Amino acid sequence: MLKIENLTKQFGGLTAVRDVSVTFEKGKINAIIGPNGAGKTTFFNLISGMHQPTSGRIIFKGVDVTRMRADQVARLGVARTFQTTHLFDNATVFDNLIVGHRLRTKSGFWDVVFNTKRLREEEKACRKKAEEVLEFVGLNHAAYRLAGDISQEERKRVAFALALATEPDLVLLDEPAGGVNPEETVGLAELIKKMVRHGLTVCLIEHKMDMIMGMADKIMVLDHGEKIAEGTPAEIQRNPVVIEAYLGSEHAAA
Amino acid sequence: MKYLQGKAGWAILIALALLFPLVAGNNYQLYVMSLAFIFAISTAGLNLITGYTGQLNLGHAGFMAIGAYTVGILTVTYEWPFWGAFAMSGVVAGVIGFFVGVVSLRLKEHFFAIFTLCVGFIIYLIIEKWDSVTGGTVGIIGIPGPAPIGPITFDSAISQYYLVVFFLVVSLWLMHRIVNSLLGRTFIAIRNSDDLAQALGINLMRNKTLSFVLSTFYAGIAGGLYAGYVRFLGPDLAGTHYTFDMITYLLVGGIGTLMGPVAGSLLVAWVTQSLQFLQDYRMVVFGPLLVLLVIFFPHGIVGFYYKKRMEREMKKRAAEASRAQAVKKEAGTNA
Repeated sequence: MLKIENLTKQFGGLTAVRDVSVTFEKGKINAIIGPNGAGKTTFFNLISGMHQPTSGRIIFKGVDVTRMRADQVARLGVARTFQTTHLFDNATVFDNLIVGHRLRTKSGFWDVVFNTKRLREEEKACRKKAEEVLEFVGLNHAAYRLAGDISQEERKRVAFALALATEPDLVLLDEPAGGVNPEETVGLAELIKKMVRHGLTVCLIEHKMDMIMGMADKIMVLDHGEKIAEGTPAEIQRNPVVIEAYLGSEHAAA
Repeated sequence: MKYLQGKAGWAILIALALLFPLVAGNNYQLYVMSLAFIFAISTAGLNLITGYTGQLNLGHAGFMAIGAYTVGILTVTYEWPFWGAFAMSGVVAGVIGFFVGVVSLRLKEHFFAIFTLCVGFIIYLIIEKWDSVTGGTVGIIGIPGPAPIGPITFDSAISQYYLVVFFLVVSLWLMHRIVNSLLGRTFIAIRNSDDLAQALGINLMRNKTLSFVLSTFYAGIAGGLYAGYVRFLGPDLAGTHYTFDMITYLLVGGIGTLMGPVAGSLLVAWVTQSLQFLQDYRMVVFGPLLVLLVIFFPHGIVGFYYKKRMEREMKKRAAEASRAQAVKKEAGTNA
């Protein structure tokens, strides 16, 4: 699904991601963990095309996407969420979601001027998609509430819904459970598993270890931009290098 | 306030604009109103790029001047008929807008604002210094008014007023189409968050450029109307204070709302007129008024109206939902 070879990103003198190679398999939940500032979000920014890597290659579904712009990568089927969800707070949740399917439509300015059949059909398709993804993330009841009035957990679900509206194959989730309580975290984890059951590949960054250990098929650990470990949750928990990175060397010996 | 929505709302507002000459006491009031409408068209353009797409363009007046000078130069120097020159006013502004946009839209936020401020000033300087084409500081005088179309002439103040109203309605109708379509949603998504829009597969550069070109086209058309209405032009029209005037209209009327530019330009025009007797001191009154407005109506007049409407709707929905729940509960106990 996604193959990354020797990926490096430098910001001036700072190397945020250094020589990372990893493969994410189709239909799996892949997690990226690491201390703050380890380069996790930068790694996502590189995959999704927000930043251009300094060197290395990113291959998605057999296509080299290394130098592509973010919108091109999205069109190929990579969706992502952000740590903070920017919604248009003065509009309803439903209104916020309609634009999510825009990348699968073609209507331009002249369609708008002449109100063409294509535009009307595509607007209908976008609304249908919005309804579909709202249903999927379980937010039907909140469709006509203002985006500014919903809870943090509901915002996370809206962010998922937006990502799903783009009809992706791979979803990158940046701290999907950040700022929500433990009960709600369980609900979001369920939702992520549901996404995988529906054929999506998920890659997530998360600090909540119990969530990660319970659901990830594979974990990659980043520290100072370097991949220090990779494996199943059980392997990662036993890995002394990981324990050292998180807790310091004196704990690793114990 | 329900009657201000939908088709009925359009009909009422258009009727009000059409009936205004009947209540206007003299031609001067028509003049003030026509100019306010012309600036409303230009401000509608600024609203598209700034209010809906989130890119603060501080060179907007420059594009209005480009449209105005297109008409002035083509009619006076090259003796084009008015309507041919007028058609070119939007096109020329749009084409120049395209090239400026392709370069300036690479910058974000305040960098973009500062860059466009400079672009506006460069346009002003070019108009002022390029004597042989633009007439320099003297400007262009003797611009012909709009030529008759069939039996309709535009000699009287009323007919010119109606001409301006016609273009205002067409401009707003098109703007309504744009902002309520998928295209408008795309622009709004960019305003909300560049990064999110990009992650949703929206080509930032292409959409921003389209929005910018459309906004400069509006400015150009407004400039063309201005040239045919005022009949003389000076480089002053490209001055940054006109841009800031238009930003004031946006703030007063409601940035990112369809009718905001109209409400803002009308209100500011009439307040300014009614404070005329204070002469130089009028800013002492106008300034605090503006501050109060920004404090108590941060979304402008139209924005305030929308917000109230939204709140009422939400309340109604909540009431309906709780009623539905009560009915369900009752059904449950009966069973």
